Amino acid sequence: MTQHLAILPIIIPLFAGILQLLPPLSGSVERQRVFSVLLAALLIIAIGVLGWHVMHQGVQIYALGDWQPPFGIVLVADQLALLMLMLTAVLGLCAILFACGGDDKQGAYFYPLMQFQLMGINGAFLTGDLFNLFVFFEVLLIASYALLVHGGGKQRTSAAVHYVILNLVGSALFLFALASLYGTLGTLNIAHMSLRVGELAAGERAIAQAGGLLLLIVFGLKAALLPLHFWLPKTYASASAPVAALFAIMTKVGIYAIFRVYTVIFGDGAGELANMAQGWIWPLALLTLVLGAVGVLASPNLRQLVANLVIVSVGTLMVTFALRSEEATAAGLYYMIHSTLVGGALFLIADMIGQQRGKAFDWFVMARKLKQPTLLGILFFVAAMAVAGLPPLSGFIGKVLVLQAAHETAEMLWAWPVILVTGLVTIVALSRAGTTLFWRYSGDKTDAEPLSVYQVASVIILLLTIPMLVIFAAPVTDFTQQAASQLHNYNELMQVLLPGGQD
Amino acid sequence: MEGLFAFCVGMLTFCGIYLVLRARTFTVVLGLTFLSYAVNLFLFSSGRLRFEGAPILGTAEAYTDPLPQALVLTAIVIGFAMIAFIVILAMRARADLGNDYVDGRSPRSSREKPSAKEKS
Repeated sequence: MTQHLAILPIIIPLFAGILQLLPPLSGSVERQRVFSVLLAALLIIAIGVLGWHVMHQGVQIYALGDWQPPFGIVLVADQLALLMLMLTAVLGLCAILFACGGDDKQGAYFYPLMQFQLMGINGAFLTGDLFNLFVFFEVLLIASYALLVHGGGKQRTSAAVHYVILNLVGSALFLFALASLYGTLGTLNIAHMSLRVGELAAGERAIAQAGGLLLLIVFGLKAALLPLHFWLPKTYASASAPVAALFAIMTKVGIYAIFRVYTVIFGDGAGELANMAQGWIWPLALLTLVLGAVGVLASPNLRQLVANLVIVSVGTLMVTFALRSEEATAAGLYYMIHSTLVGGALFLIADMIGQQRGKAFDWFVMARKLKQPTLLGILFFVAAMAVAGLPPLSGFIGKVLVLQAAHETAEMLWAWPVILVTGLVTIVALSRAGTTLFWRYSGDKTDAEPLSVYQVASVIILLLTIPMLVIFAAPVTDFTQQAASQLHNYNELMQVLLPGGQD
Repeated sequence: MEGLFAFCVGMLTFCGIYLVLRARTFTVVLGLTFLSYAVNLFLFSSGRLRFEGAPILGTAEAYTDPLPQALVLTAIVIGFAMIAFIVILAMRARADLGNDYVDGRSPRSSREKPSAKEKS
């Protein structure tokens, strides 16, 4: 039984989604809610058990249909994948819980789509070859297209048109890149590719490099790396709150793919092609940070502000990638946990604030008084402090780790000022947002509904992870350290992955 | 054969990109279709082109790489689904926004001063 654990994170949401389309569940929202929350909790437990096995018995490999790698399809559950799976599951549970507060009634099939989205994300994290990465990208994308327009409305439709067209072009580029890599390397298994890439002939090397850099465009588009980030603020700001919260992990899928592909395949062992993406990513990461900060300052409403904060976190993560050391990767992974959860929480808080301000929603204008200013104020304050990186919250630890990783490298000269100044800009923007939303109101009358228990509970669960990340910082950083070293020393994994020999 | 094949893929890609850069959803959808044709052909050729080669052992003298064919099959299926989705989305956008421009408003009206009605 335990050898099948690695596929559970894909199977559970798949069946949960399918079952919810069938009569006993499809008829009633109440039953769907209970079922969805239970299944999301079950997913967390399954990933926990899988994690226990990975920690004690090493990386879990699952060969689908028992076709052996490199030609069969494999799922690889190493620590990095595990970390991302857990993050997705927690965020997914909170998003589903939040949706129970009423967002699920805006349109049909909310919960099945949510489960299919989870399935696609989990699959993308688990897969061991690039073509299945593409397939799972498409699974998560088509679910996200439908979720984005869920509820309807002019703004959502027009944002969705841009988002879908961009991603379809991205998928086409992805396939072009895969074809040129397959044509030169003769394999799509990530481990196998990393072995072959060093032995390329000079003529084929150019094609493989073109393919590799095309992949960077695709992943950059998913990760919202400059200059491919312009779709993000509008898309995320127009999605309904639980969907936007779940989308907080989607940029991380792109970042995860960049970490995987450019550390394992085009990493230090790639011969002539070693670290070919670094020269591109380093300046783009800094520019992403700067433009994200400008966007944060310029946002007219809270949801766009949070979307721009997502871009800032992408920039920070890419800086840790561009530093190219185990330490930096580990710091990046810690920051990734923090930024995903807090980003998700902020999208939810923005929606909760918006619900109580009537027509003004979350725009930074004078509006009605909030019904529950104390509760919302505390939630917003904690999340804002964390995301801006103020002590003693998790954002502070994450940023210190990142800065430490950049310490005494040549890149420090650029990384330190940019990261610190964007932190300051974030604080300024968030305090301005907070004062406008909470203190500038007209009249004392409010007829807003009090917040639903589900919504408050889901945000509190997400925010509880902040002190947890601080209290358990030592074990968490230990774990990210191990995950980073596994990523950088992929050769040790090779024996497990390609037992039949090389070639 | 390689030259002709490369020319076809290049031409399809060229047309696809040109059409995707247009401002109306119908041409964009057409462009995406062209792009996906180009992609499928290119993916097919990644296992090297060969006349009368069978992808199954024991059925012919010459063999061809079966993997690209499997990849193309998957890519075609996914491509169809995505094109179908974007067609429906484009129709919905046409209904919701009142025109078929990708941006939701015609380029001419946005250059002029937007009137109060269009703003809403």
